[in-house]
Amino acid sequence: MSSAPKASERVARGPGMRGGPKFAKPKNTKQTFTRLLKYFKPYALTLILVTICIIAAAEANVYGTAQLKPIIDDHLAPMAKFGATGEKWGAFTLAIIKMGIVYALGAVCIYIHSRLMLRVSTGILYDIRTEMFKKMQRLPVKYFDSHTHGEIMSRYTNDTDSMREMLGQGIPNLINSLFRVVSVFIMMLILSPALTLITVVMLVLMIFVVKTLGKRSGAFYKKRQAALGVANGYIEEMTEGQKVVKVFCREEQINERFKKLNDELRKAEAGANTWASILMPIMGNLSYIQYAITAVLGALMVVASLKGDYPALLTLSVGSLVTFLQYTRNFAQPITMMSQQFNSILSALAGAERIFALIDEEPEADEGSVKLVNARLDSTGGLEEVSERTDVWAWKTPEGELTRVRGHVVFNDVTFSYDGEKIVLDDISLYAKPGQKIAFVGSTGAGKTTITNLINRFYDIQQGEITYDGFNIRDIAKDDLRKSLAMVLQDTHLFTGTVRENIRFGRKDATDDEIVKAAKLANAHSFIMHLPNGYDTMIVDDGENLSQGQRQLIAIARAAIADPPVLILDEATSSIDTRTEAHIERGMDELMRGRTVFVIAHRLSTVRNSDAIMVLEKGRIIERGDHRELIAQKGRYYKLYTGAFELS
Amino acid sequence: MIKKFFPAVRGYGWQSVGASLMIILEGVLEIMIPFFMTKLINEGIDVGPGLPPNIDLIIKYGALMLLMAVFALIAGALCARLAAVAGTGFAANLRNMLFTKVQDFSFANVDNFSTASIVTRLTTDVTNIQNLFTMLIRMTVRNFIIMFTAFFFAMAVNARLSLVFAVTIPLLAGIMLLIMMKAHPFFEKMLSKLDLMNSRVQENLIAIRVVKAFVKGEDEYVSFADAALALKKAQLAAERIVIWNNPISQFIFYAAMVAVCFFGGQLIVGGKMKYGDLSGFLAFIGQILSSVMMLSMVFVSFIITRASQKRIAEVLDERIDINDDDADPALTVSDGSVEFENVNFSYSKNPDNLTLTGVYFSVRSGETIGIIGGTGSAKTTLVQLIPRLYEVLSGSVRVGGHDVREYKLHTLRDSVAMVLQTNLLFSGTIEDNLRWGNENATREQMESACRAACAHDFIMSFPNGYQTDLGQGGVNVSGGQKQRLCIARALLKSPKVVILDDSTSACDTATDAAIRKALRTELAGTTTFIIAQRIASVMDADRVMVLDDGRLVAFDTPKNLYETNEIYREVYESQMKGGEEE
Repeated sequence: MSSAPKASERVARGPGMRGGPKFAKPKNTKQTFTRLLKYFKPYALTLILVTICIIAAAEANVYGTAQLKPIIDDHLAPMAKFGATGEKWGAFTLAIIKMGIVYALGAVCIYIHSRLMLRVSTGILYDIRTEMFKKMQRLPVKYFDSHTHGEIMSRYTNDTDSMREMLGQGIPNLINSLFRVVSVFIMMLILSPALTLITVVMLVLMIFVVKTLGKRSGAFYKKRQAALGVANGYIEEMTEGQKVVKVFCREEQINERFKKLNDELRKAEAGANTWASILMPIMGNLSYIQYAITAVLGALMVVASLKGDYPALLTLSVGSLVTFLQYTRNFAQPITMMSQQFNSILSALAGAERIFALIDEEPEADEGSVKLVNARLDSTGGLEEVSERTDVWAWKTPEGELTRVRGHVVFNDVTFSYDGEKIVLDDISLYAKPGQKIAFVGSTGAGKTTITNLINRFYDIQQGEITYDGFNIRDIAKDDLRKSLAMVLQDTHLFTGTVRENIRFGRKDATDDEIVKAAKLANAHSFIMHLPNGYDTMIVDDGENLSQGQRQLIAIARAAIADPPVLILDEATSSIDTRTEAHIERGMDELMRGRTVFVIAHRLSTVRNSDAIMVLEKGRIIERGDHRELIAQKGRYYKLYTGAFELS
Repeated sequence: MIKKFFPAVRGYGWQSVGASLMIILEGVLEIMIPFFMTKLINEGIDVGPGLPPNIDLIIKYGALMLLMAVFALIAGALCARLAAVAGTGFAANLRNMLFTKVQDFSFANVDNFSTASIVTRLTTDVTNIQNLFTMLIRMTVRNFIIMFTAFFFAMAVNARLSLVFAVTIPLLAGIMLLIMMKAHPFFEKMLSKLDLMNSRVQENLIAIRVVKAFVKGEDEYVSFADAALALKKAQLAAERIVIWNNPISQFIFYAAMVAVCFFGGQLIVGGKMKYGDLSGFLAFIGQILSSVMMLSMVFVSFIITRASQKRIAEVLDERIDINDDDADPALTVSDGSVEFENVNFSYSKNPDNLTLTGVYFSVRSGETIGIIGGTGSAKTTLVQLIPRLYEVLSGSVRVGGHDVREYKLHTLRDSVAMVLQTNLLFSGTIEDNLRWGNENATREQMESACRAACAHDFIMSFPNGYQTDLGQGGVNVSGGQKQRLCIARALLKSPKVVILDDSTSACDTATDAAIRKALRTELAGTTTFIIAQRIASVMDADRVMVLDDGRLVAFDTPKNLYETNEIYREVYESQMKGGEEE
């Protein structure tokens, strides 16, 4: 009997998650599958139990149906023919109870394997997700430059989602269907080898249909995906640029173009959907055709057996016929299901492959061994390592030697390229003495930001060396190097959480008082107090509820609380209007006091009071000196500076 | 709510009806097959003690069943095709309705929806509704037909035995609905946990440099693991309920079979029923109970997509707050004069929450006007009223001597070119983008606009010049270059009024100055509004507006302002300080 369709398949997807077949095939199915099996290892015992239960459920279904024949042939037929007795009724009832118990056990097994598998699948998903994230955190910045956010995100969304489907439904259903098909087939053979021949013919036909339709639908599906990509891309772009569209009154042209793309999508989609949904009625009714043919031939065989002079192979009892007909209906359904599961498993494997590719990425190199430690000056003026936070930091070599952290940064003949071809920084040499403020000026693409990205080793240089208090930065453990620097970047990014938590991001153990102090220093305190919940106001969506300027103030507070010896300000005040900037100047001065500071700014007013200003052009330092010297040089800086003045 | 989607069926009516008819045909035929099966066994084999089997009848019924199966196959396949055409057509119509509606949105309407939410409505939500629509015409009709026909035939075969269905149908339907209803809120919760986890990843992707700079990888991992664990728990809680579906439905289905065997067996022994009837009944059980399950699933999808239905209806129902139906199509903008008369404006259309308060000014055609003011002082808001991107709450904005509401929007906006603060280029070549300003611009016009915007030189430095392809959002050019292209695009309109809203912020000061110089000389007759952070950008304007907290606090020449206005002086000094000493 056709078993009940799985309601959970649909509901489990929930709203918003797009289902449907995906035809992306994995490149190396076997290898990916073997690797995936490793994640199953911790659940091996449970999985054995799951498999047993799946098989038991499939067998119970087949075996329960098999009880029809003895019930009809051994109980009902004799009773109808020769009359019923209490004893016979008892035997009949017993047979029915047996059937009932087998079925009931089957239902129980279904529950058990679903429940166990749920634990396994959610567990594996959790393991994979966390492993992936942990790995992601260790990847170099370069990886994020060369992969779009959408691409990486889809590992967490689409790829894990199709994996969830495979683990939760695909594999269990496949096993279940496989066992049902095989068992039903064996039972059919036992009942009547002759009638089974029809089944074999039908099976071949069905496989042919599935294959042909699969191929067709695959081609259409690709077309549909392409059209969908184009249409969705257009929707996204035009929605993004909605205001520009309005300003230029382009609504009509946009509508026209969309109509065209939309119609192309409709056509491709109609094709794909037709082939995807035509499988069910064809398979279902092929099974009815088989049912009809089996019925006629089976009935003729029953007739033959009544006459009694035919070979046993061609005879059949009524009970056998009724049972066989049930099996006929039972046979098609798991085959349809398997053909559907197969595609989803393939696409899940393709997803797993992409996930593994991320996990296999080379992590950020870190060969440094010099550590950053808290220290204290002892009575003789020497350094002594301490565990609590002090105002003094020290570098500690593997030999235990301590050197005070002062923030002395030197570039020696540094040459750098992002891609190994285009030189971005060309033979740069510079030094920043402890407590100095060094500014970089130059047009976009001149290499200003790159310099700061090299100090904290977001990227590694190809030639030359950078030293920090005398150590080559390669010898300093990366985490410790970065802990000794604080950055405020142009694009301020905040995290979901309260304002307080966002400031505390700079230093985990900062007290609430220290946070307020840092906020005051950055001139952020007053606007924070005006937020609905003050420091406990939730920041959502990268700080959408704050202005860009306010976000920068919080970022400055975040850097202030980190309290590092070196500070990097990359256009840190670009979105703060100059009036506010003037107001926070004192705070900034205080923040910079005693620290080595690297400043990048468009506004020359921001860099004017630096100890040294480097003018960069095309990766080279073309001028250097303090404001007064550079003005006197009447070079590029002078032109830039007076560029703002020529009209006054 | 459903009624709103009816117009989307337009053009695909007969396919929808056809698909339903075909599915009815298929359903009825599929039920008749087991029915004739019972007749075949009853009248062909099990004809009664002593009578010979009727081979002719067996073959006749067999052929009939085969024919029915073939027709059912054809009907089913046709239905699949028709439903696919109708469903995708419905979706295409719906997308079109939404898209054109969104194009009609004013700025205020756009502000009501985030970009991401509009995209979701046009993509995921439409797909959800489309699936529901296809499901309605295929599944609902089919399963109702199967349920009722099968029940009818079951009654015809044996009324007493069909009582089994009287118990199992409501039981199964009830339990299924109960499970799904109970699970639904848990799934909602699971989805919100999923969103939470995804937004953690998203944040870490966007801010990976911040995370690395502060060495926060470990902490971020811990908080991600928390989110992943919460998701895992929520998923367990939700699916734990749903997994009852299978065993329970299977159990009821088995129970019905056992009951039919037991009671049917007694009827057979009592001579009141035949073997064929038993076989037929067993087939009906599968058909009826699985259609009950399908129907409850349709119901659940309906509930689940309610959110999508609502989101789509919201867009369709959005009231467009700016229209030009009453405008005079013949009226053109005669010059670039701009006047504000007691203009009040509020984003929330609430007089107690004004963004602009009582703004009065008058600008002569051809003047260059600078606008300064701190963040939130409503500079952008003020200029957006000139091309009527927003509607004033009270008062009047006049361009060329007429209230902006008297012009057709097209006429007005063609004459008032605005370069937005958050500006965008679109995928396509540089030339494609420039043509937004003027569809029929000649090469000379384009070049002269680009020269004025200081864009020509860098465009020519690209190997493909004006044919250079810009990725989506114009990713191949730097911020400053993008701004210059946006200015050139606006200039191509040959407008009467040009508005630059902080449009040169990413250009260096020299370029900024060159652009302003070009605007003054080459667009001499054009009224120009320049919003700027840099004081230098407005210092050469004819007059400068100083905005503070939504009020126009000063409007005078830069020279006078320096003497009379404290805000202006403060901004000036914050930027020019060191310079004075030289």
